[in-house]
Parts: sequence; structure tokens; C-alpha cells
Amino acid sequence: MHKILSLLVAVFVSVVSFADNLPQRPQPPTLVTDFANVIPDNQQAQLERKLVDFFASTSTQIAVVSVDNLEGNAISDYAFRLGEKWGIGSEKFDNGILILIKPKQSNSRGEVFIAVGYGLEGVVPDITTKQIIENEIIPEFRRNNYVAGVDKAVSVLIDLTQKEYTAQQYAKNVERGFNPFILFVLIFFVFPILFGRRRKNIYSTGGRSSLPFWLAMGLMGSSRRNHSGFFNDFSSGGGSFGGGGSSFGSFGGFGGGGFGGGGAGGSW
Amino acid sequence: MKKSTIIWIVVGLVVLLLFVGFKGTYNRMVNMEEAVTAQWSQVENVYQRRADLIPNLVNTVKGYAAHEQETLEAVINARSKATGVNLNAENLDENSIQQFEQAQAGLTSALSRLMVVVERYPDLKANQNFRDLQVQLEGTENRITNERRKFNEVTQAYNTFIRNFPQTIYARIFGFNRKAYFEAAEGADVAPTVEF
Repeated sequence: MHKILSLLVAVFVSVVSFADNLPQRPQPPTLVTDFANVIPDNQQAQLERKLVDFFASTSTQIAVVSVDNLEGNAISDYAFRLGEKWGIGSEKFDNGILILIKPKQSNSRGEVFIAVGYGLEGVVPDITTKQIIENEIIPEFRRNNYVAGVDKAVSVLIDLTQKEYTAQQYAKNVERGFNPFILFVLIFFVFPILFGRRRKNIYSTGGRSSLPFWLAMGLMGSSRRNHSGFFNDFSSGGGSFGGGGSSFGSFGGFGGGGFGGGGAGGSW
Repeated sequence: MKKSTIIWIVVGLVVLLLFVGFKGTYNRMVNMEEAVTAQWSQVENVYQRRADLIPNLVNTVKGYAAHEQETLEAVINARSKATGVNLNAENLDENSIQQFEQAQAGLTSALSRLMVVVERYPDLKANQNFRDLQVQLEGTENRITNERRKFNEVTQAYNTFIRNFPQTIYARIFGFNRKAYFEAAEGADVAPTVEF
């Protein structure tokens, strides 16, 4: 009897020591999980609805999580492990995005990270998440307006993942006023490294024809410069027909999506 | 019914049960080993991704910081050393992983020296192309950390499984060997942060 008991204890201890210290999945599942209490309740419900609607129409899951403490982890590492543990995104498409916020506290800097699931790394490259953080999130977070920063970032992410516009066009928009040379660099140097190691002839074929296209799109996209509208729904004509009778404020749960390390972070 | 018939039926059932149990265990070992191999190629992928970024990074830095020839050469040499080490995914023992690890760690430290040197060149730091490359590099380091962690996880699952009883018997017979982990040495598990 003693032997069995001590064996049970040993098993229990080993299980406990193996478990990580990440927070458990929320029950019932929510896409906005505000452990650190930085988002006011009524606005949290609005944001949740926006994300649930988006999930219902596209199956892409964007989760927003705030935590008080990163338990000594790098925020990037914490974000990937949390995304993987909760399984944000579907298992088949790995189409989850996690916006993780550690608010500024009196003794520590604020940190934020956007982790992008394997399946979305193509439409939301690291550079774009960095730009979203620098242009949409951090300016608002500096003013302690967490919900506005998150909402703007979510709007951009929704547009990107719905292919309303591409990462290149977003880059063009946020960099208006800078040298257009940047775009050339992005298209001709950075993206070839990112996507097409084998496409050696990019200069001769793709390059020439795509140039006027990007310029044209850049001009057309100029009206999308401003994301400051509060809870604006950018998805033109994007009613959620897919959900059927799904009730507001709840979704089916996380699907087991995986994260490969895509995304970027920032601090303020 | 004859007594011998009953005995034969019982023996047949026992053999069948043993076979079913054995088949399940064996297939599971194969699957777990394949998971380790697959994860290993993910690890190699992200390291390759880093190696692919370096020529552009070096060229960009060269334009602004021509005096840092030595640091740049160190990065290029470390890169060719790192890409020169190729492991057979079927044979992930301690020695080969350590060898791979050492070559990659050489590149990591050469890169971080370069990033320190770069601090002296404000024009370079303001260059958009360079900033984009930094984000790429940062993202790649994140991916490396992440894939290494996943590799250790699937390897641990595999190692634990083949060393438990009774799988350990089959594992010995069919040559399923323990696979080595990545060591979390010298802060290698912490992605270097690139401040700017």
C-alpha cells in the first residue's frame, strides 16, 4: 500500500514539475482574455464581438491576451508557447494570431508581441507586424489607451488576412512621406530573400511588370492611411454569413493551431 | 472438444494478443521517430533561413561601415562553417548535435559582435533596408528558439517512450536509439534582442 501511495505521489510530482506556468485556456473560450485588466469591460465585449465575427466569416482566429507577468520569459517565447498551448487557429491551417500585452508597470517596461501562426506568415510577415506595433499599437499604449491600440492593430490584421490589401501596400501606407526607394528595397531585396530563394530570375521577369502595379496600388490605397476610427469595421461587405446561428460573444473554441516563430514585438 | 484443441486455441489467442500489442508499440515508435526527424528538418530550415539573410546583411553594413572588414569577415567565415555542417537526420547522437551546435553558435556570436559594432554608425541604423533586415534577423532568431524547443519536446517524448518497459525490449531488438537534445548552454536558448 505504501509503495503504491509513494508511486502515485511520485507520478503526481513529476507531472506537476513538467507542467509549464502558462495560464490555462479561458473557460468558456474567449478571444479577448484580459488577465491584466487593461481593457474596460464594455469595450472588451465590443472587441470580442469583432473578433468572433471575423472568426465566423474567415475561420482566422485573432486572440488578444494581456498578462501581468511574463514569469521571467522573453515575451516572444511566452507568446509562441501560449499560442501553441491554447491552440489559437485551426489545426489544419495554423491560422491564428496572438496579440500578447504586458502592460507598463511602475517597475517595468510595457511589452507587446504579435505572434503569427505558421499558416499566416505569408500574408503577415514579420516586418509588417513590426510596423503595426510601431505605428498603431505603441503610440496608443504610450497614452495608456490599450484598447484603441489593440483595435487599430486588429483592424489592420483583419484587412491583411482578408487580403483587403497586402503587406506591401500596408508598408507603403505607413511609410508615406518617406523615400519610395524603401518600397523598391522591400520588393526587390527583402521579399525575394523571404519567399523566393530559388527564383533567381526575379529581376528579369517579375520585377518589370510588378512595378507599375505596386505604384498604382499604392496610389489607390492612399485613402486607407488612417486607422484611427474607433471600432470601425473596415471589412467592406464582409457580413458574417458563415456562422449560421452562432450566438454573439462566444465561439467554438480554439482549434489547435501551431506557431513557428513568426511575428515581432516592441516595448515602450 | 479435445484438450489439445483448447490448448492450441489459447496459445493462438495469446500469440494474437502479443502480436497486436507489439504492432501498436512498434508503429508508435516509428511514428515518434519520424516526428523527431521531421522536427529536425524544421530546425535546419530556420538555421538555413538565418544563413540566407547574411549576405544581404553584410552587403548593407559594408556600404556604411567599410572599416569593419574584420568583423564582417568573421561573420562570413562563421556562416560558411555553419552551412558546412550537415547532419544525417537518422543519426542524431550527442556528438553530431554538438558539432552542429558549435558551428551555429560560432555564427550567433559573430553576428552579435557585428550588431554591437553597428551601434557606432547612426547612418546605418537609420537605413530602412538595414532596419528591415534587423527585423528579419530577430524573427529568425525567434524561429530558431521556437523550433529548437519543439525539437527537444518531440525528442523527449520519443526517448521516454523507447526507454519505458516493455518498449525498451523492442527498441533494443529493432535498434531504436536514444536521440540527443539541444543543450540550453550559454544562453543559447534566449534569442538575442536587437535594440534600435
